[in-house]
Amino acid sequence: MTHAIICSGKSRSFPAGDAFRQSGGEQAAAEVLVLLGQPRYRPDPVRVAILIELGTECLGVHTGEASGEEGSNAVGFARYRNGDDPPSPLVELVRQNRTDPLALQAARAVFEAAGLTVVECADQAGRIVDRLVRPKYNAALRFLDEGLATAADMDLTCRMGLGYADGPIERVVRGGLAAHYDVTRALFETYGTAAYAPARRAVVSAQRRDREDGAQ
Amino acid sequence: MTAPAIRTVGVCGAGGTMGAGIAITAARAGFRTICFDASAAGLERASRDIAGFLDNSVKRGKLTQQARDATLALLEPTTDKAALAQCDLVIEAVYENLEVKQALFNELDGICPKHTIFASNTSTLSITEIASRCTRQDRVIGLHYCLPAQLMKLIEVSPGVNTSAATIATAWAWTEACGQRPVRTQDKPGFILNALLVPFNNDAIRAVEAGVADAAAIDAATKIALGYKMGPLELVDLVGLDTQIRLCEAFYPVTLDPRAAAPPLLRRMVAAGHLGRKSGQGFYRYDGGRMFGS
Repeated sequence: MTHAIICSGKSRSFPAGDAFRQSGGEQAAAEVLVLLGQPRYRPDPVRVAILIELGTECLGVHTGEASGEEGSNAVGFARYRNGDDPPSPLVELVRQNRTDPLALQAARAVFEAAGLTVVECADQAGRIVDRLVRPKYNAALRFLDEGLATAADMDLTCRMGLGYADGPIERVVRGGLAAHYDVTRALFETYGTAAYAPARRAVVSAQRRDREDGAQ
Repeated sequence: MTAPAIRTVGVCGAGGTMGAGIAITAARAGFRTICFDASAAGLERASRDIAGFLDNSVKRGKLTQQARDATLALLEPTTDKAALAQCDLVIEAVYENLEVKQALFNELDGICPKHTIFASNTSTLSITEIASRCTRQDRVIGLHYCLPAQLMKLIEVSPGVNTSAATIATAWAWTEACGQRPVRTQDKPGFILNALLVPFNNDAIRAVEAGVADAAAIDAATKIALGYKMGPLELVDLVGLDTQIRLCEAFYPVTLDPRAAAPPLLRRMVAAGHLGRKSGQGFYRYDGGRMFGS
């Protein structure tokens, strides 16, 4: 399967210098187009697949939706990344109800050839990982405010008791509390449940960021 | 009241997996350990398991033969609750039910000396409520071990509303003397570990129900992206879907956190007999320990 990469703007999945960006060939002959950054999607039914990098938005933002009948050769994707940590080896592939199975197969082949692990998910806010982990970070930040335990003890408990590589507080802080705010705000806009409402510490961090940005 | 140094420890429910593990940690650290269980068969089984674990520890070079023999010599199995009268600390690891634990501590109140500290290994119940039916509420504390207790160092130490500073200090020092790593938490449902884990596992079940992805994709995503050793649905299968419901039923009425409520899919699966590994089917299918469906 031949592919070509088109990059417009900053890609969180494959930042500058990532080996994947050197892969692929000429756009004209490519069976699969990989759109990185902030891509402007245009339907191209001649290709086997068009892969669209996603941020916090749904694939439907790019393709449009049709009462559950949406789907084409367009496949969304995001490589999971905790804030500015290096991207993980996980690629979440986003499909719509009528996404062409051949397009999904092609997308999987392109990323697996790059040594990445691919999972498929529906076009829902937060995909798999952010949908699951952000409420946990919110809870840990709330517990910290409520004095359940210290940040160090919460992290230690998760590392020692659950075998996690790192604890929820150290991880969300390392990824950036303002970045956590951005993700949870997008999730909260869709789901509207308290679990996704940005935690107080994330709100504070985002407000400080905005104030500092305004001062510059 | 100032608590004297702990020399003799009692474990209630020592015929169970958790109780036996706790007894190992105490005896291995040199404490005389009275292992109480109402079931003689349970105690016999636990004694065999403990001896097997210690023998393996010697084979793997983790324990000397001398230490193995000394540990076994410090373990005293009994079906006579009155034997706990000799204890400075009694740790209960009995069935996770408030009335059962309250009744036990109420009874021990009449058996044990005034100075004896009562510790509960509860993972979800309130220490303050467990203590509420005995007269020594200042000497009741939560010591929550992780499974398997004989290998996991972490202990969540949770004082109740009436727990004294002396009890906290004594219990804390004792866990350290056992080579464990205590962390201090408030007396809130699930303390740290389960307060984070139970709703997270429910969220994963709801993601399956909402058609976000299948169980295998969800588990793979969390392991690869977050570095977890086990995915949430693998873990629910391991602990049991019925156990997950029991955890939810302990949490939700107290916290009213919607994430802690048992997801409808979980209830349907339990009703269908899909309890996880123990029934051969949960979010995955199992055949003699092998896993299918991933």
